[in-house]
Amino acid sequence: MKLAIDADTCIGSGQCALAAPGVFTQDDDGFGAVLPGREDGAGDPLVQEAVRACPVQAITAEEG
Amino acid sequence: MTRSRTSSDVVVDDGTTDADGRVEQSATAPDFPRARTCPYQPPAGHEALAERGPLSRVTLYDGREVWLVTGHAEGRALLTDQRLSSDRQNPAFPVFAARAEGQGEAPLPLIGYDDPEHARQRRMLIPSFGLKRIAAMRPQIQRIADELIDAMLAGGPEAELVSAYALPLPSMVICSLLGVPYEEHELFESLSRALLLSETGAQARGIRQEFEDYLDGLIARKEAAPGEGLLDELIADRLTEGQLDRRDLVMTAMVTLVAGHETTANMISLGMYTLHEHPDQLAALRADPALMPGAVEELLRYLSIADVMVRVATADIEVAGQTVRAGDGVILGASLINRDAGVYERPGVLDVRRSARHHVAFGFGIHQCLGQNLARAELEIAFTTLLTRIPTLRIAVARDELLIKPATTLQGLFTLPVAW
Repeated sequence: MKLAIDADTCIGSGQCALAAPGVFTQDDDGFGAVLPGREDGAGDPLVQEAVRACPVQAITAEEG
Repeated sequence: MTRSRTSSDVVVDDGTTDADGRVEQSATAPDFPRARTCPYQPPAGHEALAERGPLSRVTLYDGREVWLVTGHAEGRALLTDQRLSSDRQNPAFPVFAARAEGQGEAPLPLIGYDDPEHARQRRMLIPSFGLKRIAAMRPQIQRIADELIDAMLAGGPEAELVSAYALPLPSMVICSLLGVPYEEHELFESLSRALLLSETGAQARGIRQEFEDYLDGLIARKEAAPGEGLLDELIADRLTEGQLDRRDLVMTAMVTLVAGHETTANMISLGMYTLHEHPDQLAALRADPALMPGAVEELLRYLSIADVMVRVATADIEVAGQTVRAGDGVILGASLINRDAGVYERPGVLDVRRSARHHVAFGFGIHQCLGQNLARAELEIAFTTLLTRIPTLRIAVARDELLIKPATTLQGLFTLPVAW
């Protein structure tokens, strides 16, 4: 899996970081970010929760 | 309320009550919105609306028929659909209450625009509402809560919770964040309340003007003597650079100031009342304070205080086997969507241990509440501190004497007498 957040789409709701704090965070400007080294999702089942919780579907999770 | 009818049953309009005490609904398009009779339960007739399916027709006060969305999946899909617009300048935009008449003349930033204009407005504010900024505000929010309770205890053993705690707490917090002098709270709180309770468009316009004059004066004072706060940052970084004009800044200040205190104030007072009406839930929270973050989500879901979200379709949209036509008005009913039985088991039951995730109490899509994480922090601290410091607090008003807000505004209580 390869996780990415579309920075132009993100509205800074923080839903990803709240749903899966082991994989997502917010940068200092309040926009969503994938934690360094966790771009593969780290096997965290909460990643799907985060994808679903994002109000603007800014998170992409490519398989492979 | 249980109903044996099917969703296609024909019933009559005008809210007459039948022999079983149930409110009848119109055959094709019942009146919407309706006032709550219990402050934490949806209005009478809402269950019947949900039974009509995820999408049905309702009639607004001005006689216009619009779509009402009650389904969770449909609601979330529509709130992220770019064919559904928040543009108040669209002449087809529904007027859900008389106070919104003339809403297209000077739409409020953030809530009254679509992207890309909305994104431009919002991105200037996002850094101030990020999780790290909000986490850093927690000690200050805690201090405010403690000082308000000190004052309550000193003046006790009774108080009116809205004016003593529920309103001043978020009001002081948003003042600090924006850089608005809290000493002026009586003026902006009364203007906010009057704006949200206006009975006509003309009345709302007059109050808006008074509010704009106040904020324009405040910005002028800040230009002369800069302070610390988001408004000061916007003046320094955006106004002087020409990225924001003065009227936009005034209206941005109004939106964030009003949304920053009226919403949370309603949640604190109505949330405390609701918990006291559910003693088992209150006891669970007292026994295990770690339940509080989940309890806040459940209260947000259960109370759905911003119950009416309004949009207009700009193209035909197929949803739930129906076609929403371009120009149709669409209302998303938060308390209905948040009680979708397909998503939340026993949705009418308050359960602080459930996962209330994915509720739409803060909306969904690009307009999802900018201040949601500030609100979460304030609610967690407000409830925990009150339960801990005044453990014997009780509601000191009879159920039939509660002053409940009308259907056309943020849901909640005007006052909440308490004693200990």
